[in-house]
Amino acid sequence: MKVLVAVKRVIDYNVKVRVKPDNSDVDLTNVKMAMNPFCEIAVEEAVRLKEKGVATEVVVVSIGPKVAQEQIRTALALGADRGILIETEEKLESLTVAKLLKAVVEKEQPQLVLLGKQTIDSDNNQTGQMLGALTNMAQGTFASEVVVDGDKVNVTREIDGGLRTVALKLPAIVTTDLRLNEPRYASLPNIMKAKRKPLDVTTPADLDVAMTSTLSLVKVTPPAERQAGIKVGSVEELVEKLKNEAKVL
Amino acid sequence: MAILVIAEHDNATLKGATLNVVTAASAIGGDVVVLVAGSNCGAAAEAAAKVAGVSKVLVADNAAYEYQLAENMGELVAELGKEYSHILAAATTTGKDFLPRAAALLDVNMLSEVTAVVDADTFSRPIYAGNAIATVKSSDSIKVMTVRGTAFDAAAAEGGSAAVEAVAAVKDAGLSAFVGEELAKSDRPELTGAKIVVSGGRGMQNGDNFEMLYKVADKIGAAVGASRAAVDAGFVPNDMQVGQTGKIVAPDLYIAVGISGAIQHLAGMKDSKVIVAINKDEEAPIFQVADYGLVADLFDAVPALENAL
Repeated sequence: MKVLVAVKRVIDYNVKVRVKPDNSDVDLTNVKMAMNPFCEIAVEEAVRLKEKGVATEVVVVSIGPKVAQEQIRTALALGADRGILIETEEKLESLTVAKLLKAVVEKEQPQLVLLGKQTIDSDNNQTGQMLGALTNMAQGTFASEVVVDGDKVNVTREIDGGLRTVALKLPAIVTTDLRLNEPRYASLPNIMKAKRKPLDVTTPADLDVAMTSTLSLVKVTPPAERQAGIKVGSVEELVEKLKNEAKVL
Repeated sequence: MAILVIAEHDNATLKGATLNVVTAASAIGGDVVVLVAGSNCGAAAEAAAKVAGVSKVLVADNAAYEYQLAENMGELVAELGKEYSHILAAATTTGKDFLPRAAALLDVNMLSEVTAVVDADTFSRPIYAGNAIATVKSSDSIKVMTVRGTAFDAAAAEGGSAAVEAVAAVKDAGLSAFVGEELAKSDRPELTGAKIVVSGGRGMQNGDNFEMLYKVADKIGAAVGASRAAVDAGFVPNDMQVGQTGKIVAPDLYIAVGISGAIQHLAGMKDSKVIVAINKDEEAPIFQVADYGLVADLFDAVPALENAL
């Protein structure tokens, strides 16, 4: 079966984010960018499905500026077969992303769509679910295990109280949580090979999707800073302070 | 203006998270209507009717909603939600699962993890793992959002007397089915609702040593959490994880034991009222956010703490 994986170019997770002094947004000038960590897990899962003989082709799609080709090439180096970039410089809201992905799903007809549960920039955790609604596909969000079984897929989900397993009719959407797998590193030969894999570039207009926006950013501010408190010398002093000063015991 | 709040419940009882969402809805202003969608969920609906500030309770009682599968819930909420100015759910793994589906079916965007209501169109929410707070104005005809429970006080669970109305619509997408569940069983309070949380990190060295934290927790009625490092090391299950990729908590007292204080972890607990850090490394970043820091070997300090309580 064909597996489609959506990936996003975001700030590298090791970079400390700073808010611009005029509070208009976060400052991303000259900041290192990378593939969203949850998307990497999605790519890894797709590649493992191919290695197990379950998936026949892994197609990776990204939406963003021309440089997002780097993240598609990374996915190709990890084992995906070909890439699609929907090129746009515009700021994207989840609903638009879901509509663009829906257009790709209609064209590619994958049996399984894998996405990260959220990106580490906007922290929305919406796109997979929205894509599920727009394509009328079942969804398994926050997946920690994915088992394809005939015409359905069993997905074990990380939920607040523990784990829940659901059976989804294929085609289906799966969004990845952290414990689904540990992504591999791309080897140098595979990075070289990835350069020759096909990567098609398209645009929202080609896909007939209007770029609408309903959310405007009023301001972005740093979170309230916490001040360091005091050091206590002993457990007895700690308990005394918690009882009499902080009054939380 | 009327606001639809989707109740978090297990059919028998109303979950505490719903109370925080009701407070957020009241802050927006307007009639607050609560939807309880479940199976044999009459008891949860009755509990919702008693919540202060709720004007009406809608009950969709059908086997299709027993496990609140996202495909069915999404369709139901989109259908009922058309009549409302706002649709709110708790930012739990249930709310996050079905609400974006409802938003997409209504052809509107959604705001996740709202932490403040500025006005009826404008809301604040953390982005970049809480390293920035975005204030966003929505021009959507229906504002759909999940609400972070720790950012809003709980509405009073008693005192209301809302009318309860049955919903006829049955939405069964037939796309997914519940297979099974493994829920952690514990007599301790739930992490996200606990007044006191005791968490252990990599410094605990293994899962058995968490027993020390359980003993302390049981003396003071606390929940027990863990850092991602402790989860990744296999000491404890993932549902105990506090942090950006785990649960967000804001108890009155948070006791971090053997936790260095990675940004990832701080994102999940830095809104706690009082933070205590116990760590033998006095350079650990956790001390920069702790109100009370104790530089000590946790294997001495934790048993001493248990005795002192």
